[in-house]
Amino acid sequence: MIEVVDVVKTFTVRRRAGRVRRVRTEAAAVEGVSFTVGRGEFVGLLGPNGAGKSTTIKMLTGILTPTSGTVRVCGLDPAHRRTALARRTGVVFGQRTTLWWDLPLRDSLALVRRLYRVEAAAHRARLAELTALLELGPFLDTPVRQLSLGQRMRGDLAAALLHAPELLVLDEPTIGLDVVSKATVRGFLERLNAERGTTILLTTHDLGDIERLCPRVMIIDRGRLAYDGGLERLRAEAGGDRVLVVELARPGPPVRVPGVTVDRVEGPRQWLRLPRSANAAQVVAALAGGHEVRDIALREPGIEEVVARLYRGEREYRPGAPAQRPAAAE
Amino acid sequence: MGVFPWVAWYAFRRHTAYPLGSAAEAVTNTAFGFLRAYVLIALWQARPALGGYDAADAVTFTFLTQALIGPVQIFGGMELTDRIRSGAVAIDLYRPAGLQSWWLADDLGRAAGALLLRGTLPMLAGALAFPLRLPGPAGLAAFTLSFLLATLVGFALRYLVALGTFWLHDERGLQAISLVLSLFLSGMILPLVVFPGALGAAARALPWAALIQVPAEVFLGRREGPRLVSALAFQAGWAVVLLAAGALLTRRARRRLVIQGG
Repeated sequence: MIEVVDVVKTFTVRRRAGRVRRVRTEAAAVEGVSFTVGRGEFVGLLGPNGAGKSTTIKMLTGILTPTSGTVRVCGLDPAHRRTALARRTGVVFGQRTTLWWDLPLRDSLALVRRLYRVEAAAHRARLAELTALLELGPFLDTPVRQLSLGQRMRGDLAAALLHAPELLVLDEPTIGLDVVSKATVRGFLERLNAERGTTILLTTHDLGDIERLCPRVMIIDRGRLAYDGGLERLRAEAGGDRVLVVELARPGPPVRVPGVTVDRVEGPRQWLRLPRSANAAQVVAALAGGHEVRDIALREPGIEEVVARLYRGEREYRPGAPAQRPAAAE
Repeated sequence: MGVFPWVAWYAFRRHTAYPLGSAAEAVTNTAFGFLRAYVLIALWQARPALGGYDAADAVTFTFLTQALIGPVQIFGGMELTDRIRSGAVAIDLYRPAGLQSWWLADDLGRAAGALLLRGTLPMLAGALAFPLRLPGPAGLAAFTLSFLLATLVGFALRYLVALGTFWLHDERGLQAISLVLSLFLSGMILPLVVFPGALGAAARALPWAALIQVPAEVFLGRREGPRLVSALAFQAGWAVVLLAAGALLTRRARRRLVIQGG
């Protein structure tokens, strides 16, 4: 469905140097990214701000032309076959809207039918289906500017899907949404992928999206693909320290256990950081030998921490050993 | 039927969605019409038959041009500019429809709305207060055509300025220059017939003349027969040239595009 090989995108930035002189410098937003996404996959694209996620998505949708490398989406070159491609893909930019601000949602959706030349009967059926699934009914006739962010996002999703695209690309679809709206959007996307087989690629900063939806995650950092694979393997490989929370009988100075650092002391409670190499059982035994221990809890690193470590570059994912994932055929 | 008539229709509805705002603008345009009318009456009393116009021509010219401010959007500006600056243009560029065609359709709908809500009051008020020189049915038909071409040229000029934002990232300088050119060279400040010698000839040859001066002359019945044909051809010529330039620049913008705001 998507094939990206060695794609580079550089932007020319002109900077003032002296009074009149301008210096042109090349700034690379994407530096040699390769990946494939097969039909029916649900892939999450993660990365810190400015990492190149949006640039990648804009190259996939033909909005930007890559400086070098090749991109194929639905077998087409997006930069040259943008219009043909747009009829087979749907895009939602979470921070923008395709809807007409001053007109009822229904009118924006009607325009989509004209734009993508959908047959009237097919449009009616699809609109009814999306209205039911996204619960658009109560605000179909409300001007878009009066919609809440969650309602607007559901409207935008409907607008992106009315022409039944094979591929749906979502740029931060849950940004700014409350928990309930997020759950609605996630539930909808899950069904869309499972029941319709629509291939979905989404970028997000919300790891909840990834944990709930994406069997496969790609991490882009500083214009490069830093990770490509499953969430579990990411957790295992990116490591991260476990934390042992101990409650002692009485408050005291930080405990001394070899190989363990004490992060925090709060009355009788202490937070001990265990490196991956440490054996939790031995640490607990050592603790119990010298202290009266009331309670103990071991915390695995959360996905947020794993990703934060990756962003900070504490553990470089070696580019020489790219994620071995069978490339699904287009 | 394609999508563009719908875009125009939606734009028309959008721009007529706030009639109170449009009414306020129409009142302003009318008030300034009276101001300008009295200045011109004084001028034509001091210099009768200046530029071949009489006082009634000049006053009609004034109210007509005040009525055209909204539809031709003589003060410049286009929503596209903000969309380029904010990065929302990504959505426009993704659509399976041409960027310039989309915005042209949008602008024609807007112009129609503005003609209705902002053009009527200045003409009506002017006609009640002064003996205006109004055209007959044939003249009105010719004016309608000329007005349509004026909107096309007006759009094409503003579209080029808006596209400049892709390169300049901040288009305020360009906007200011284009505002001055548009006000002086269109005949908005003073009819171009008053401009002396070479300056007048140059102003009458430039595209801005197609926005106000030419439609006003058609309205006043000063362009008839072959002179009417040449007036319409002048406007159509500039429309074709500028829209072609817009198409070319759109293609270049797509290639070296920087979308702002990620």
